[in-house]
Amino acid sequence: MSTADKPVVESAQHIRYAFTEEQEQFRTALRRFLEDKSPPLEVRRLMATAQGYDPAVWRRLSEDLALPGIHVPQQYGGAGFGMVELGIVMEELGRSLLCAPYFSSAVLAASAIMNGATEEQKRDLLPDIAAGLQLATLAVTELDGNWDPRAIRLKATRAGGNYLLEGVKSYVVDGHTANLLVVAARAADRDIGLFAIPADAAGVARELLASMDPTRKIARIEFKAARAQLLGDSEDGLNALSRTLDQAAVALANEMVGGAQKLLESAVSYAKMRVQFGREIGSFQAIKHKLADMLVDVELAKSTAYYAAQAAAVEDPEWPAIACMAKAAASDTYVRTAAETIQIHGGIGFTWDNDTHLWFKRAKSSEVFLGQPNYHRELLMQRWRV
Amino acid sequence: MSEISEDEVRREVRAWLAENWDPNLSLLAWRNKLADSGWGMPQWPRQWYGRGLPARMVRIVEEEFAAVGAIGCLRGGIGRLAAAVLLEHGTDYQKQKFLRRIITAEDTWCQLFSEPGSGSDLAGATTRADFDGKNWIINGQKVWTTSAHHAKWGTLLARTDWDAPKHEGLSYFILDMKQPGVDVQPLRQMNGHASFNQVFFNDAVVPPEHLVSTVNNGWQVAVTTLAYERRFAADIARPSRRGPREGRIYEEERAETATVMEPYKWYPQRAGRVDLIIERARETGANHDPVVRQEIARLMTLAQAAEWTARRARAAQSQGRPQGPEGSLGKLAASHVARGCARVHTMITGTAAMLTGADSPRNGVIAEILVSVPAVSIAGGTDEIQRNIIAERVLGLPKEPRFDTGPFRNIRRN
Ligand SMILES: Cc1cc2nc3c(=O)[nH]c(=O)nc-3n(C[C@H](O)[C@H](O)[C@H](O)COP(=O)(O)OP(=O)(O)OC[C@H]3O[C@@H](n4cnc5c(N)ncnc54)[C@H](O)[C@@H]3O)c2cc1C
Repeated sequence: MSTADKPVVESAQHIRYAFTEEQEQFRTALRRFLEDKSPPLEVRRLMATAQGYDPAVWRRLSEDLALPGIHVPQQYGGAGFGMVELGIVMEELGRSLLCAPYFSSAVLAASAIMNGATEEQKRDLLPDIAAGLQLATLAVTELDGNWDPRAIRLKATRAGGNYLLEGVKSYVVDGHTANLLVVAARAADRDIGLFAIPADAAGVARELLASMDPTRKIARIEFKAARAQLLGDSEDGLNALSRTLDQAAVALANEMVGGAQKLLESAVSYAKMRVQFGREIGSFQAIKHKLADMLVDVELAKSTAYYAAQAAAVEDPEWPAIACMAKAAASDTYVRTAAETIQIHGGIGFTWDNDTHLWFKRAKSSEVFLGQPNYHRELLMQRWRV
Repeated sequence: MSEISEDEVRREVRAWLAENWDPNLSLLAWRNKLADSGWGMPQWPRQWYGRGLPARMVRIVEEEFAAVGAIGCLRGGIGRLAAAVLLEHGTDYQKQKFLRRIITAEDTWCQLFSEPGSGSDLAGATTRADFDGKNWIINGQKVWTTSAHHAKWGTLLARTDWDAPKHEGLSYFILDMKQPGVDVQPLRQMNGHASFNQVFFNDAVVPPEHLVSTVNNGWQVAVTTLAYERRFAADIARPSRRGPREGRIYEEERAETATVMEPYKWYPQRAGRVDLIIERARETGANHDPVVRQEIARLMTLAQAAEWTARRARAAQSQGRPQGPEGSLGKLAASHVARGCARVHTMITGTAAMLTGADSPRNGVIAEILVSVPAVSIAGGTDEIQRNIIAERVLGLPKEPRFDTGPFRNIRRN
């Protein structure tokens, strides 16, 4: 990698630092849609259901806005945009906390298929995912919750033209509602391969896990001699998996900064409204300075998330390292911003009725999903060969 | 938006350099060419030694200069700041008199704002300017005045009305430092350097044509200065990369750096030297310590984020969009980066962080980082003041309750 000797990222000429007019318009339209369809009351209603999303909203988001296939090439039924547009979608979804199987199906599973499948498989699988008709997800981690692909133990044994999966996956986003599972498994005790299997196949048992963040549900899935199809034409799917995880990290980082920005806005507006000691609490420097620090924090994390999306979009050779930066920075920022937003709200911030905890919990689940900030910082150092 | 494209600018500057750049010129002859052609300050208006290019093009010009090793105008320094203020508020006489010699670096400047009694609260200045019918007569004291010992000119904030409210009784002058009524005394800093000074005025004289803007309107001009100062702060910190350097002009530039730029020689260190972090970690083996690795990654991410944020601000500006919050936080982000660097350099260096001088790591550079970083969060407006500005102007939070209204004469002060 070009980074070995000069680890400070040389900003590539072709990276854009501002969104285009079209991208801004897209964002505005999206935000309007989401403010309408996913106000906090709706989030609360849906998070209390086992299904966890509203199929009618999902249909509109798929049919009217073509979001699930935003980054899928047109020949596979997508809209043909790239990581930057996907980043915008994620940021807005993070802001509105929409309850929908978007991250699982459009980001995780679709990317895994795009990265790992054969041409024929892509033509077979992607159009329905891009159209929102098929809900897919990606199963990587197992009971130990380790995101390093080397930790994968689930076994795939060749059986005729197919493979039999044996083992347990956990922390599978929307694993209880997806129709199609993409599973990372160890083939022939050696390589990591990606396998596709219908969720209702024989030998697949799924269980919704009780989890802190009810806006993004996770499941444990047990495979017992479950018959799956190998994605791609070799058992070596490690690169495809690794690339998928990096893309997911960039997407999730953008989602997180969207949520953090929303929290900051809510903290600022509360600080302007709440009066103590005869003045708005936002006039006390302890609060004022905290908010200024939160703004700096959020803007810096945004810059990293945006840059990561731009770099990934143009396949800058640095982008996997930058994905690590983005995930770590956005995680830290989101969690800090959520905690401070509660602090600024005082007692009411600790109640169930106040909406802050919805974002707080999403911040928590996103912080550890795909690996904690420490994991990504170490990965960054390795990718830079430090 | 301008009609000229980046490629055209690149072509033009490249052609001009091919025609004119010659490392055997004298520095002064070269800088005069820069002033005549406008390539020294391409973002300045055409009639005032610039080319009227949008700010985003400056980087392209700098890149082309760097590619052939051509020397530009002095990047840091108060002269740049004074020039920006004069372009906005100065009279034609003042522009005529001062701008060209800022480009050629024949004159050095200093900023006479802070006083013993007023730093963050600059509008509390008590240095007085009284008109004697012919000239303004200056009495009082300034402090922390960087470069005052080299400077020919100073931008001075002084009180001209003691009965007006604090912000309405100040005027902004250009003062000749080389006159009997001005006494400059160096102040030694905690890092051993003496780049700032105390300046005493005893009936120093300023002719009326050196008043910038109008009498009692000095605060507006000072605010402009401070806004530019925040914006330039990041620039000075950038260590410049250099190509081949042989020829008379480089000798002269080295001499300039050794004298005029002497007060700034520790500035890269005060910004933290993030560029040395990974080299040093490899050098000491600290790159094998998982805790240090975490801290390095955290710091590098922060430093990159600060850089990308600055670029976002510039990109938004060049698209003609209103600048978002990303434009206001550069100085605070730079403080975070500097402090982070000091911490991580210490972790990497370990016990040897106690040493200074020739025996110490990197010939004293690491030690200098550690004792210079505390300046970043003070100079040019403290971190706390930056937070106030962000909170009030960007987030729209309520202002502090005030205790300094009414005639200045009656306000409590040091
Ligand atoms: C290296 C260096 C170079 C400098 N060069 C120059 C120069 O060339 N020309 C020049 O004019 N000045 C210069 N300065 C001065 C600098 O601008 C001031 O030191 C700075 O603005 C702070 O003012 P002060 O030192 O009076 O501290 P004070 O204003 O007394 O501040 C003391 C502490 O109180 C805090 N504080 C003050 N007001 C508030 C508030 N409203 N809210 C919260 N906290 C507050 C400050 O943040 C600080 O922590 C330089 C300083 C340094 C360190």
